Order: sequence, then structure tokens, then C-alpha cells
Amino acid sequence: MFQLQNISKQFNGTPAIDSIDLSITPGQTSVLIGPSGCGKSTLLRLMIGLIWQDAGQVLFDGEEVKQSKLLNLRKQIGYVIQEGGLFPHVTIRKNITLMADYLKWDSGKIKSRLLELLDLAQFSDRRLDDFPLQISGGQRQRVSLMRALMLDPDVLLLDEPLGALDPMVRSKLQSDLKQIFQSLGKTVIMVTHDMGEAAFFGDIIILMREGRVIQQGTMLDFIESPGEPFVTDFINAQRSPLDTIGGGSN
Amino acid sequence: MKKCSKFHLFFLLITGLFSKAGGDQEIVIGSKKFTESVILGEILTQVSQFAGFSAIHKQELGGTQILWNALLAGEIDMYPDYTGTLMRETLSELRLKNESELRQVLLSQGIGMTEPLGFNNTYAMGIKKATWQRLNINKISDLQNYPELTFGFSNEFMNRSDGWPGLKKYYQLPQQKVRGLDHDLAYRGLESGDIQLTDLYSTDAEIEYYDLKILADDRGYFPAYHSVILYRNDLKSRAPGLLKIIKKIEGQILASAMIALNAQVKIEQNTEKSTAGRFLSSTLNMNVALVEQSMVSALIKHTQEHLILSGISLSGAIVISIPLGILAVRRKRLGQFILGITGIIQTIPSLALLVFMIPFLGIGAAPAIAALFLYSLLPIVRNTYTGLHDIPLEILESADAMGLPRNTRLRLIEIPLASRSILAGIKTSAVINIGTATLGALIGAGGFGQPILTGIRLDNISLILQGAIPAAVLAIFVQGIFESLDKVIVPKGLQIKSENSF
Repeated sequence: MFQLQNISKQFNGTPAIDSIDLSITPGQTSVLIGPSGCGKSTLLRLMIGLIWQDAGQVLFDGEEVKQSKLLNLRKQIGYVIQEGGLFPHVTIRKNITLMADYLKWDSGKIKSRLLELLDLAQFSDRRLDDFPLQISGGQRQRVSLMRALMLDPDVLLLDEPLGALDPMVRSKLQSDLKQIFQSLGKTVIMVTHDMGEAAFFGDIIILMREGRVIQQGTMLDFIESPGEPFVTDFINAQRSPLDTIGGGSN
Repeated sequence: MKKCSKFHLFFLLITGLFSKAGGDQEIVIGSKKFTESVILGEILTQVSQFAGFSAIHKQELGGTQILWNALLAGEIDMYPDYTGTLMRETLSELRLKNESELRQVLLSQGIGMTEPLGFNNTYAMGIKKATWQRLNINKISDLQNYPELTFGFSNEFMNRSDGWPGLKKYYQLPQQKVRGLDHDLAYRGLESGDIQLTDLYSTDAEIEYYDLKILADDRGYFPAYHSVILYRNDLKSRAPGLLKIIKKIEGQILASAMIALNAQVKIEQNTEKSTAGRFLSSTLNMNVALVEQSMVSALIKHTQEHLILSGISLSGAIVISIPLGILAVRRKRLGQFILGITGIIQTIPSLALLVFMIPFLGIGAAPAIAALFLYSLLPIVRNTYTGLHDIPLEILESADAMGLPRNTRLRLIEIPLASRSILAGIKTSAVINIGTATLGALIGAGGFGQPILTGIRLDNISLILQGAIPAAVLAIFVQGIFESLDKVIVPKGLQIKSENSF
């Protein structure tokens, strides 16, 4: 699984990632969280080779991630981003099967995999021949997830997958996603800025700030033994609606 | 045609109709784009045919430089010119003093010159007789007293060193309102009163017709412009006997005869061909069977020529521009260079580009296609670049993260997403191309520009429309084809509107 060794990355002279060492536990859901600009998305993009570190190494299953091996690596990783990143010019069906078609899977195999995914993501097969612009934001994220899972990858990387959805859709999709992750038993790495979401999904939570990992552990660890005052501050900064009614404070 | 590069041969094979006669001894005659030159060119053509050679007439080529370069390059074998033009303009830097010096210089370049044909067609300044009577202007030096007059000169006269710049200095003329316009439009300008003075040739048919007064060149500025024929010296071996017969017209065309020939074409609306035929028959007893072209067969010929010019150049531009646009997106620095160069090409005046190509590609279809090709690059390159450049980053990264190789991403994702923009670029190029192709006639490429050119020269609206209307129809038709291609080529997912707001 992913191992990051002493990774540093700068953007135009400003450090985005500062000497990070990190090990991802296989079969579990790890959540990267932290304030905007802390480097959590950058870390995810480094793992799939969309950008490259200035120093350090990224290992996948013990092997260094290199440009030459990237295409193969990516087939073992599913990637979902905030707005889905669907291809607007092709149908939902084509969006999901594009990579399998490119790899020349036979049509029977593609069809049965597609049926599995529709069932898993609770997506109606009647909308398969619609185009991305014709479905809602929540539906698009379901399609994006199916696309990421098509080749049955070992790892799922999700970059704020629910960030652009309204609360009702988001809540429903959160429960569905959690169920999917549990039933698949895959390694999941998710980026979010929402502490509630992190607590809901994360077997392991990785809190970042200014390009460094501040603390790594379960939600319970964070509450019971915060590594530094920032950890407590960050957890408490998430306001609950109920606090307001009670006139309470953090 | 003497020089036949592989490239040239390729075009000839495709076009076919440019090499109808095809024989080794085909004599190619050129003429400038004014009536007198076309008549003389037609006379040369018919004399060559009378002498038993097959001859074609590339008429109305765009200017002295084009003919001179085409003659040097062997693209044409002879053309009519004037001693004054050769000494004062074409070879002005040599500061030749007389015609025998001129003859020697020409000889050193492999060019021969006949004795004068008999008339001196020098420049002259013409005003309406009414103006002359009102202001009492008799000679060029009188113009010093009337700085408010507006002058309209042919573009060639405006720019040549022996034209307006020299005249202004020589006579100390104070006039500021001086503009360049087509020679044939100048007469209409005089008629309407927009201009009061223009440059004329002393054998112009219009002098009588428009009731003009020629101002005396009282200080002797204009040199003699004796009409002569320039020919390639290798004709002596390539076409034995031809020059001997050509020389029979030396001294045979006096000024009065030339004015009459010009009037037959410009005022009585006879064709140059029949006018030249009658002259040869009556003066030199040379009879040649003439075939005049019907309007329909002319239209078919011009359509074919135009389609070939636009079709080949546009196809070539599409094939080259799209990869260039892709390259420009992938390599930022190189991209700026590519966009810069194609932009600069667009700013080169078309006639300059055409003349520049004559030494390499000769005259006719090849240089016209090359120039149209160059002009068609920018819209397609730019729209390909913009279409690819504007694809949202998250879509490209999604494709990358799936594991699509770069070229597959290009084929499956980027090109389809940029297709609308690329097609729009092709559409723009096609319309510009079809319009610009009318200029091809200036270097002997034919097309719808030919009747336009002749129509402007002869002040014949119906002839102009015979070129302008088909060119417009073709542009609209091609535009329509691409509009309907839009619906087929642009992916359906990009043509629908969003059903959900989000």
C-alpha cells in the first residue's frame, strides 16, 4: 500500500508539503483533513502522479512510483473528485466503461461489471444513455464512483467527493458511500474539510496543517489525547446547529 | 513551361486543366492587367499560333514585378512592356541612360527585346476639359497655383519612383489630397468630381470618351515609354522561326492605331481576341482561327479553377493546422512561436506574398494555392489551440487518473471536446479562403477573380457579377456544409442544454 517517505513539494517557492512521512493502512478508510491550503489535496494528487514531489519517495506496495509505471499504477487506483470530472461529451454508460473499452474487455464482462456497479451505487439503468449534463449533482457523484470502481481497483482516492452537494443529498450519499466502502473492504483515502464527515468515515484520521501531519489516529485518540492545542481547536471549530439553539458556545 | 519541379508537377497532375496543351513547345505569353497590355498579349498569342506554335495567354497578371519575375523564372516566354518602365522602375537601380544600355543589361539576363512597336505610351496628367476651362491649367507647372485640387492616381503610379513621388519633387507640387485607386476607377472619380486630376497613358481610349485635357509636360519629366516585347532568348532554339515572325509587328502599331484598338475593347466592348484578330488580318494579313469562350463554359472553367484553389489549399491547411494547434497546447513556448508566425503570415499583403513566391513556384495555380494555404492556417491553428486550452483541468486530470495514455486522451477526450471550436476555425478559414482566392487571378491562377478583374478593367458590371456572385454563392454553400457537419461531428453530449440546475 501507499508509503510516503520524507515528501516535500513547493508551488512557486511556497512549501505545500513539508517533509511528510505517512503510511496508509490497507483495507481501511483513511481521511485526510485540515484547513484550506494545508496540503491534503496535494498529497492525494502526488499519490496518483498528477503532480510530482520535489523531494522524497512515494512507494506503492513497496515499489517506487515512477512516470514509466504510472499507467499501470493508475489502473489499480480509482479517483473521484469534487465535481465528478465526468466527460460531458459521452453518455453515462460510456463514462463508466471508457477504460474497460480501451483495454478491450469483452462486452459480456463489461455488461456484468456494469450491472454490479449499478446495483452497488443504486443508480437507475434507464439513465445510462443520458449525458452528464442531464443528471443531478448527487447522481453525477454516483456515476463518478462507478467509473472509479469499474476496473475493480485496490485503492480508492476521493478528493472532497461530496463537497459540492446540498445537505440532504450529501447525507444520503454519505450513508450509501460508507456502506459501499464496508461491503468492498477496499483501501480508501478520502480528503475532506468537514470534521463530522471525517469522524463518520474515518477508521484513521490524519490531521494536517501547513504542509505537515499534526496527528494521526482514531477520532477517540483526537478527543482523548490531542497532540497539540490546534487539534482540539480544529475539532471544536465545527459548529453544530444544536449549539446555537442552546445559546451555547464551543 | 520550362521549369518543372516535382512540386509543380504534382499540382499540374491534379489540376489537369492547367496543362491542356502540354507540349514542350507551348509558348506562354503574359500580359499586365490593363487593356492595352491584354490586347498586345493577344496579338502575340495569335502571331505565335499563326507561326504554327501552340500558345497560351496568361492575361491580366498582377503587375510589372510579377511579369518580370515570371519571365526570368521561365514561367512565361514573352510579354509586352515599355522602355520607360524597364529603365525607371524594373531596373532603376542601374540608372540606365539609353535603350542600347537597356538592351545589353537584358541580354546578360537571357532576355531579348524587340524594336519599338511604334507608339510611345508615356504617362500623362489628365483633367476634365471643364476644369481646364474654369481654372486655365494648361501645363503641369500650372498645378503649383492650385494646392486645393484632389489627385487620384493608379496605385502603381503612386508608388513607383518615376511616378508621383518623382513628379511632386520635380515640379514642386503642393497638393496634399492625393490618393491611390484603381486606374479604371479614376475615370469615374473624375466624372463624379471626387478627384480633379489623374495619371493617364497617352494611348488611353478614355481620353476622347471622357472628354479629357492632357496637361503639357512643360519641363520634360516623363521619359519615353516605347512599347516593346520582352522575350526569353532561349526561344531562338526552343521555337525556331517564331521570333522572326514576332518581329514583323515592330513599327506596325502607331499611337493612333493603339488608341483605336483600346477603344474597340473598352468603349465598343469587343473582346481582346477579336480586336487583335482583326488588326492582324488587316495590317499584317495574318489570319488565325479564333474560338471565343461562351459564358457557360467560362463559368464552368472558373468554378473548376476556384474549387481547385480553395479545395487543395483548405484541405492542406486543415491537415497541417490541427496538429500545429495540438503542438501549441503541449509546448507552451513553441506554441507562442507557432501562433506568432501564423499571425504574422496573416498580415502580409496578399499581392506581396504572391510575388514573393514566383521565383519558387512560378505563376498560376501553385503559388496561389501555397498563399491561400498560408492564409488559412491562423484561424484553424488558433481555434484548435483555444478549444484544447479551454478544456477544464479536472476533466483532463480525470482522464489521466484513469490511466489513459496521452494520445488516447487526445483522441477520445480532447479532440471531441474541442471539436466545435476547431470546426468554427475551419469555417472561418473556408470563407476567407474562397474570398481571397479571387486574387489568384492576379498571378494567372484563374478562378472567379478572372471575370472580376476583367470586369473592373472594362468597367463592365455584368462581368464583375459573373465572378462575384458565384464566389459569394460558393462561400455561403461551403458555410452551409460546415454548419450541417457541426451536428454530425460535435458530440451530442455537448449539444444538449443542462436539464438540472446545480
